[in-house]
Amino acid sequence: MAEPMKIRTTLKGDSADVRVLMVHPMETGLRKDASGSIVPMHFIQEVAVKVNGKLAIEGQISQAVSRNPVFSFRLKGVKAGDKLEIAWLDNKGERSQIETAIA
Amino acid sequence: MRLPLALLLALCLAAPGARAQDSKKEIEKYQRMIADSSPAELFELQGEDVWKKPQGPRKVSLERCDLGLGAGVLKGAYARLPRYFKDADRVMDLETRLLYCMTTLQGRDGAQASRTAFGTADKPSEMEMLSAYIAGQSRGVRLAPGATHPKEKAAYELGKALFFYRAGPWDFSCASCHGETGKRIRMQDLPMLSKPQYARPVVAAWPAYRVSTSEMRTMQWRMNDCYRQMRFPEPEFASDATVAVITYLTVNARGEPYRGPGTKR
Amino acid sequence: MRAILFFAAFALTAPVLAQDVTGVLKRDFHARGQATMDRVDQDALQFVCTKFADKPPAELAKLLESDQMKTFVFPAGSLVGDWKRGEKIAQSGRGATWSDPKNAPAGGSCYNCHQLSPQEASYGTIGPSLLRFGKLRGDGPEIQKYVYGKIYNAKAYNLCSQMPRLGYSGTLTEQQIKDLVALLLDPESPVNK
Repeated sequence: MAEPMKIRTTLKGDSADVRVLMVHPMETGLRKDASGSIVPMHFIQEVAVKVNGKLAIEGQISQAVSRNPVFSFRLKGVKAGDKLEIAWLDNKGERSQIETAIA
Repeated sequence: MRLPLALLLALCLAAPGARAQDSKKEIEKYQRMIADSSPAELFELQGEDVWKKPQGPRKVSLERCDLGLGAGVLKGAYARLPRYFKDADRVMDLETRLLYCMTTLQGRDGAQASRTAFGTADKPSEMEMLSAYIAGQSRGVRLAPGATHPKEKAAYELGKALFFYRAGPWDFSCASCHGETGKRIRMQDLPMLSKPQYARPVVAAWPAYRVSTSEMRTMQWRMNDCYRQMRFPEPEFASDATVAVITYLTVNARGEPYRGPGTKR
Repeated sequence: MRAILFFAAFALTAPVLAQDVTGVLKRDFHARGQATMDRVDQDALQFVCTKFADKPPAELAKLLESDQMKTFVFPAGSLVGDWKRGEKIAQSGRGATWSDPKNAPAGGSCYNCHQLSPQEASYGTIGPSLLRFGKLRGDGPEIQKYVYGKIYNAKAYNLCSQMPRLGYSGTLTEQQIKDLVALLLDPESPVNK
């Protein structure tokens, strides 16, 4: 089954409130599974937000963020139809990306 | 600015109650924040995939499943459950009906589907994803469980009787925790589910994503886990007993606009 | 004998449960782990409290409470144990469920319903606060007996109380109850500081 990201944008004048929901286990590397072995670290390390191809936000995330993170931010100087691209990279080198138009 | 000593002492002495109140305020703030955008939405998307996926020996999807408003009609269907279904001659809640469609439409093994109905954070169950998806299709619709058919009325009465039935080594009934207003277990507020005023906002927030365990949880799961903590033996998934209690609670919550899958601690 | 007569009289006149709830439970529930099916059968106390929605007639309640008092088993010697162990027992919610191993030590689940040590902010309000319990009531033999008895079988004092019969049900051992008595009564316990 595909692992979706979901974006919601709310445009108010020239700024947009953006909310992104991501599917990711965000394992801290401290948790033990049912058999008692450590579940290895597996978490998103970098998040990048681009507007019309230009980098707007670059964030470094740590294990402190819980599973299935929800990121919320406000972009200024945007208009309806602007291309919004959100990408993440995790500590295992796995990536995911989603694109949408600001509405 | 230095606090007067008396004020400082007063603040320290007020600590136990005040700290509990502060915790409560922080929890409420947190609940407002997470209610806005929740991983529950991801389960809705996954549920849509499951709904449309051909499965079982008959290799069909669930899209012809009748949840009470006609085959495949999802808008507003969840808000009308539990209700009587003529083809099964039973009152059914959402999960009971989904199990019925999985077995009759798709030819899948009912016992196996029941066994795997409650997932884990690593492996959510199809039932959980489907519940989120279908419930999401009733956003804003007022809860209107079946009330006219004799079996619907009987389910309500049975649910009510079960709600107040004290048993087990700890002498618990549902009412032991949910029979009074203004109480909490540890820091978890306990709604008085026998009264509509308190049942409404709570019933209208299930199924729900539980942040602390990263799991989507359903009403059938809630029945199961309550009975576990009540020190009872285990109820059968989608049994008449569980449907009866869910009916009782939903009827008590009648009229409340359904909020969509909720988010909890 | 009087209890049976009173019970019969009230059973005939009180609102009758039109459901065979026990039958439904027997049909729709199954044993799992240590949670066996006999748990759905009601004893007299559970039957009466269910029938009267936890407000039984006073005479009947008194009779059944005295029956409950007969279940008390007091330890020989001191009733007061170690409050440090008591605090751990009060914090633990384990025991008696189908997900608890049958012979593993249980807890008292006390913080689920009660406030105890002031340092613990995460406490329930189903039962009264027990803050300063010993400080307010002393720690002599009478109060020790009352506290031990209350934990052993709370229903002896209040028939339809929601407090589990932690001793009578076999959930807590004699030593564990003594440790809880200490938590409540020992002047050194954080409850009393």
